[in-house]
Amino acid sequence: MEVLVFLVPLALTLGLIGLMGFLWSLKSGQYDDLEGAGWRAIAEDEPVDEKPIR
Amino acid sequence: MQATRDFSHYVRDLGAGLSHIDLAVEGVSCAGCMSKIERGLSALPDVTLARVNLTDRRVALEWKQGGLDPARFIDRLAELGYKAYPFEPVRAEALETEQASFLLRCLGVAAFAAMNVMMLSVPVWSGNVTDMIPEQRDFFHWLSALIALPAAAYSGQPFFRSAFRALRARTTNMDVPISIGIVLALAMSVVETIHHAEHAYFDAALMLITFLVGGRYLDQSMRRRTRAVAGNLAALKGETATKFVGVDEISEVPIAAVHAGDIVLLRPGERSAVDGSVIEGQSKIDQSLITGETLPVKAGPGTAVYAGTLNLSGALRVRVSAASEGTLLAEIARLLENAVQARSRYVQLADRAARLYAPVVHAAALLTMLGWVAFGASWHDAIVTAIAVLIITCPCALGLAIPAVQTVVSGAMFRTGVLLNSGDAIERLAEVDRVVFDKTGTLTLPELDVANAVDIPEAAFALAGRLALSSHHPVAAAVARASGAKKPLAGIEEVTGQGVRGYVGELEVRLGRPSFCGADRLADRILCNDPEASVVAFRYGKVCHVFAVRQRLRADAVSAVATLARAGIAVEILSGDREPAVMHTARLLGIHEWRAGVTPADKIARIDELKRQGLKVMMVGDGMNDAPALAAAHVSMSPVTATHLSQATADLVFLGDRLAPVVAAIGFSRKALRLMRQNLWLAAGYNLLAVPLAIAGLATPLVAAAAMSGSSLLVILNALRAHRGVKELS
Repeated sequence: MEVLVFLVPLALTLGLIGLMGFLWSLKSGQYDDLEGAGWRAIAEDEPVDEKPIR
Repeated sequence: MQATRDFSHYVRDLGAGLSHIDLAVEGVSCAGCMSKIERGLSALPDVTLARVNLTDRRVALEWKQGGLDPARFIDRLAELGYKAYPFEPVRAEALETEQASFLLRCLGVAAFAAMNVMMLSVPVWSGNVTDMIPEQRDFFHWLSALIALPAAAYSGQPFFRSAFRALRARTTNMDVPISIGIVLALAMSVVETIHHAEHAYFDAALMLITFLVGGRYLDQSMRRRTRAVAGNLAALKGETATKFVGVDEISEVPIAAVHAGDIVLLRPGERSAVDGSVIEGQSKIDQSLITGETLPVKAGPGTAVYAGTLNLSGALRVRVSAASEGTLLAEIARLLENAVQARSRYVQLADRAARLYAPVVHAAALLTMLGWVAFGASWHDAIVTAIAVLIITCPCALGLAIPAVQTVVSGAMFRTGVLLNSGDAIERLAEVDRVVFDKTGTLTLPELDVANAVDIPEAAFALAGRLALSSHHPVAAAVARASGAKKPLAGIEEVTGQGVRGYVGELEVRLGRPSFCGADRLADRILCNDPEASVVAFRYGKVCHVFAVRQRLRADAVSAVATLARAGIAVEILSGDREPAVMHTARLLGIHEWRAGVTPADKIARIDELKRQGLKVMMVGDGMNDAPALAAAHVSMSPVTATHLSQATADLVFLGDRLAPVVAAIGFSRKALRLMRQNLWLAAGYNLLAVPLAIAGLATPLVAAAAMSGSSLLVILNALRAHRGVKELS
């Protein structure tokens, strides 16, 4: 059962990383527009060479 | 005088030479629009950010200061085919957004903690029946406590705060038993862990929080969404005023930038956006949005003008006054205040359930404890069993029973065009057995329309419409709208106070007063039949036609009233308009109960009379004169075209030109109330099964976890049935 010494901190760390990730995504506004985000994924990419007109 | 547009009021300075503005945009609905707008705006020089929010239908823009005028963005969007308007987030909405992200943080913390604790609990449950040594179990329990205690302290805040507020006001609500359950479960688990016991309930407490915060977040996000839509609609109404910035220099500014004492110009055909009094000019004004009276009144220096007043004929200069100066306005403000104070404090279904539930559950727990002691168990065992009873009675299902239904129903209402201003409106709306309508702007459409379109040849109608595009007069505007004309005629001259005229080929065309077109006799005949109408004559060569223009009933008003009657809901009209007009409408709709020429005070008196008869009254109105009655009624509704005051007072707001949403909302809310009651019974029935187990001391943490998620799922699934419409009112 010595393996617990590694596994338990590992599990806690992973959980904390997950929570931090969630809080970060929340803070960076990723939940502000849930509808638009879905559409953006399938929208066409902008042409690379497009320069501002005028 | 050409007005410049000044949007500087809406621009925020971000520092570092950047400016920011939020625009509400009409008609954004898909990915295509999104990339079209973003590319179209990013192509402008100096724009550093253009991002569409599809949920809120808004665009956030940032650009380098200097050179660029925000009005340029609006023009660019117009070129792309979208109507946009600067948007200023109201304080209430900012608070809701803040609240939503707090709930989401709580949900995240609770969910991650619950998952991790569950991961530790499962080995304990399986170890208890196999060969786990007590030291390992204690270790796992301590780890669970380490995760659960801080997580619960943080994510339980919404409940603890609300429960604390309720207790301080010496009442109870649903959050009181929830908070007691969470705190006791955690406290007992810690004590048990210290004493090396077999069972701890950390997972149950966290799961409870997770489910409940989830329900609360859903509920909140739906409300936030309707608020965002309402905010956009207010912005898209284009609330601007033409303000004098010099002696003869004018500028178009947002309402928020107009202050008392400023002088604004009110052109013919414009709706006033401010309260004030006329200082120069003569005109006729339509006060129907304020008083319900459809007959135009004369306005000259000294006449009071209110926001919503339509200027019909001449240009007026208006000095803006502080909102409460006008006599009518002051009277309405006073009545409104009284009505809001007198509004009987409605106790929500959830809180009524909590008042029954909490004492019963807490008494059961107490009796369990005393019972076990009487039967010779130790105090420790008796207390543990009693707390297990509290945990297993699961305020979880009860806490979700109502928010789940509210969320689903408000979503369904949103799709039919009804926005909710207050959460408990659904429950009150379901009880309605009498609907009181205002006439002008509520049963009728707010805009004027041609009543005798069928009598006029199509070609003449189309030509008259194109001619009418050159006139600012609201009656002519109605003709233009009804004809669907897009291209104005060239070379049209306006004759002040008479009408417009011009030439099509060789023949002269005129549109205006009957005398201006030589059509007096025709006009008199129409006025004899329909004394309420306004007439406008059209002459093409020698041929004359006369249009009768009036406020038309909403297209489905007759069927909506009939549907309400079939559902056993009596309908009546309370209008500030004159008797013949109201009688005419009532007869068309088959409504027997109507009152005309009613003042705001009379409206309240009538609603109070109905209330005394024990009726649950819904008031539907749009005018400023309806606002006190809206507040006095059991529940109230406004069309989206209503005055600010009415919309803010009403519990629900409906969109569009039809009355169908009003009927549908009643149907939805009745179904919702039924489902809420069902859910409460489901939760109670579940308790009836689970509580004996807990009293007998058989509720292990495993049983508690299974029961809690099972009952919550059941309640949520039942709530999902609410999104399908209703049979009885469709």
